[in-house]
Amino acid sequence: MDTGLLLAAFAIALALTSSAVSLGAGRIPQILRMLAMPLLGLAGLSALAAGLVTLVEGGVIATTLPLGLPWLPWRVRLDPLAGFFFTLIGIVSCAVGLYGPVYARAIERGRESLAALGVFTGLFLTGMLLVVLADDAFLFMVAWELMSLSSYFLVAFQHENGANRRAAFLYLLMAHIGGLAILLGFGVLAAFGGGFGFDTMRVAELPFIWSSIAFVLVFLGFGMKAGLVPLHAWLPEAHPVAPSHISALMSGVMLKVAVYGFIRVIFDLIGQFHWQWGVSVLAIGSVSAIMGVLYALMQNDLKRLLAYSSVENLGIIFIGLGLAMVFLSTGHLVLGSLALIAALYHSINHAMFKGLLFLGAGAILHSTHEHDLEQMGGLLRRMPWTGLFFLIGCLSISALPPFNGFVSEWLTFQSALQAWQLDSGVLRSLIPIAAAVLALTGALAAACFVKAYGIAFLGQARSRHVRRARPVPFGMRASQGLLAAMCLLLGVFPASVIALVDVVARQLLGEGLPQTTAQGWLWLTPVSPGTASYSAPLLIVLLSLGAVAVAWMLRRGLVRRVRHCDAWDCGFTPPTARMQYTATAFAQPIRRVFGVLFHIEESIDLRKGGEAHHRLIVRDRAWGLLYAPVARAVESAARRVVKLQSGNIRVYLGWTLSTLLVLLWIIS
Amino acid sequence: MDHFLNMAPWGLALLQALLYAALGPLLVGWVRKVKARLQNRRGAPIIQPYRDLWKLFAKEARVAHTASPVFRSAPYIVFVATWLAAATIPLVATNLPTAAIADIIALVGLLALARFFLALVGMDVGTAFGGMGASREMLVSALAEPAMLVAVFSLAMTAHSTNLASVVEYHLNSGLVLRPSFLFALGGLLLVALAETGRIPVDNPATHLELTMIHEAMLLEYSGRHLGLMEWAAQIKLVLYGTLIVNIFFPWGIAQSLTPVALGVGLAAIVTKLLILGAALAVAETVLAKMRLFRVSAFLNLSLLLSLLGLLSHIILEVGA
Repeated sequence: MDTGLLLAAFAIALALTSSAVSLGAGRIPQILRMLAMPLLGLAGLSALAAGLVTLVEGGVIATTLPLGLPWLPWRVRLDPLAGFFFTLIGIVSCAVGLYGPVYARAIERGRESLAALGVFTGLFLTGMLLVVLADDAFLFMVAWELMSLSSYFLVAFQHENGANRRAAFLYLLMAHIGGLAILLGFGVLAAFGGGFGFDTMRVAELPFIWSSIAFVLVFLGFGMKAGLVPLHAWLPEAHPVAPSHISALMSGVMLKVAVYGFIRVIFDLIGQFHWQWGVSVLAIGSVSAIMGVLYALMQNDLKRLLAYSSVENLGIIFIGLGLAMVFLSTGHLVLGSLALIAALYHSINHAMFKGLLFLGAGAILHSTHEHDLEQMGGLLRRMPWTGLFFLIGCLSISALPPFNGFVSEWLTFQSALQAWQLDSGVLRSLIPIAAAVLALTGALAAACFVKAYGIAFLGQARSRHVRRARPVPFGMRASQGLLAAMCLLLGVFPASVIALVDVVARQLLGEGLPQTTAQGWLWLTPVSPGTASYSAPLLIVLLSLGAVAVAWMLRRGLVRRVRHCDAWDCGFTPPTARMQYTATAFAQPIRRVFGVLFHIEESIDLRKGGEAHHRLIVRDRAWGLLYAPVARAVESAARRVVKLQSGNIRVYLGWTLSTLLVLLWIIS
Repeated sequence: MDHFLNMAPWGLALLQALLYAALGPLLVGWVRKVKARLQNRRGAPIIQPYRDLWKLFAKEARVAHTASPVFRSAPYIVFVATWLAAATIPLVATNLPTAAIADIIALVGLLALARFFLALVGMDVGTAFGGMGASREMLVSALAEPAMLVAVFSLAMTAHSTNLASVVEYHLNSGLVLRPSFLFALGGLLLVALAETGRIPVDNPATHLELTMIHEAMLLEYSGRHLGLMEWAAQIKLVLYGTLIVNIFFPWGIAQSLTPVALGVGLAAIVTKLLILGAALAVAETVLAKMRLFRVSAFLNLSLLLSLLGLLSHIILEVGA
């Protein structure tokens, strides 16, 4: 066995061990923080090593496991695409391994079951790693279900709360509808390939109509998991209610596993591209991006805000994938691989900054037991490290240079701007519109995270427990620091990262991006130096040199004193915490401008004694437009079917017999 | 990138960056002067903004008790990010190494970075006016930024490059060709520039009424050198947008080689163009009235629409031809 695969197996074994030792946590609570969580971190480290080794070597290793059904052994395969996602999973798992012990310590005296947390976290990580490693549809689906089911138990972890139970059930339901669609998609592929192995699916030649059916099924299944609009509504319910490090894993990593599945099936297994598919992916991605960020802006619960922003970022990833499919369908291999790499880059970026932000939200929750933005404020002075790391996360997710979010959006823009090379006028005009949507999304994301950071960390505390917040323990800070450092590294050295990731595109499409890194690590030139260039290292050097120079000049010679005083506020009485702008007020102009896209209920209730109360509810339109009608249809169908249920055993036997006869007739 | 290690272009690039910083107050003084004459006032001398800056830098800075470290570091970040963004735009010469560091998308990103910190300091001290300013600024920028990007996309697609120097050179070499997409993009970019630099009809730089402020509301708590840096950054931003417009759409005169004569012509050309643009801005500010906030979205939607029309007309009319 090769090093990469050995390390991958080691990672899975460690995750399983972490899960197994947690069984004892019911008796000895310390096991969770002393053993299970560190093991999880080690599993992440091992997965990271496996991924890096695979990316550097660039080869493909496959083997058959002595597991599975007798005629259907499980097969695993570690290629650069899988290696890339191993890297991504590994880094976030490391951070979670650092964060977990502090969280476990905090709930040791609580009523929650520590064993359940440890067991399912280990299984969750195992499931995700196995999905990426699987080389046949059978193992893929088993691992996929393992991932979905174990995360269901983690979402339902704090099940005393009725809302959490509802969210978990909705999640389970959606995960299974999605799983069914994926299974049917694999069914189509297996029928043409003549086997469940990915190798036979890869060589199968599908006619357009059947490959399109498979595409729709697979897009539906993975899109549902990835939280694409309009199927996203479960995501902001389920992700925030899990413990924060699990939210980080779900939003940061599990959504990426869905992206992985989509890339694996469309780009690798089906292996044919049609512009109709590309345009539909592009359209759904654009709608998800813009709706996701607008709904994120409307949220006042920090973790819900982050969950909606995941919808936005997955939309951006799918914009990149859609662009890649359009370019590949017209034979522009280099541009296709540029867009694919942009999507992959955004995947790893989103894993880093969303993991970081969820861990930051978890640190706030740990320190203040507060998740409502309207109660926060002034946390930067109470929790300086968390404040600094959260700021880095906000800057990265708002796509600001020189951080990592900017690089992937820049690459996506660059590939969209090459639309002039296409022959079809329709495609040429559709792609720039998607780029315009992406631009609007980026600007709104900045507004969203100014709101999140400004309300939570700046200003004055809006409640007593937030005023008394204390810094979180070292483990929590270190986990955020690790991800913040990754955000900076991925942002400042994009050319080196792409040099490493390029092998994924080379292996998958047979064409890489030799131009991107041709100018060395300092310059990023995706198409050619004349077309576009960006130098993040020089940018950050010049930014810091300039800031130091300006500060030095201003402090020399002239007055250097700073006097502390009350806030001026135009000479009114010194402001109190209640006079600050609120999160709702901050979002009001945007709520008004984009009002038609939300379901808003706003009223002012006059109560006794002349007290007026402002009531505002912003609901997701997806509930009314999609979920509720479907739920109603299912319910009315169920009410019709119930008529068959007479309670008479002979009637039931009659139904069974006739069904059997009909089935036999169909088969024969 | 071949001239990367050559020192002379870097020296010129540094000079150009310093020129941006020096031109900022001058342009603002010029606009104020022209505006005053249009209103039958004598107005302050053109160099008044320099004196104001000098006065602010010589004064002691005050910081509220409730301010966080963000408050004291933001002026430096905002100033340097805006300045660096400006330095990547060809001012006098096209062929400078700074232009390759950040293309036009990175330029928009740097301005967004400055704005992010500007909005954060608005919320930092915890006053109502600051939060209000930040909220409005983010609304305006959320609508203006896409319009700006789309406008520059049609230029970038024409020149097949997002590097500003390449766009300018392409335009110079292709001669005087009337392109519908450029006209639309110019319209869109002009409206964006008015909004982003906080001019009438979107924001009023001379207002003293807190409730109508956007940009000034975020700076209310600043004083001394912090305020000076913030003001200077705003002035550089005005030059930045002015240069962007005049050098992309009317690039003639800019130096394409680094000889003293060409550079002198380039300097004279850009100063003349900026003075004309500044006078036009003063006229526009005199004849227009400030809009109320929720009309601004219609104003910026118009600019987005113009930019999109530019992009589509480029794709439909010009690519195939």
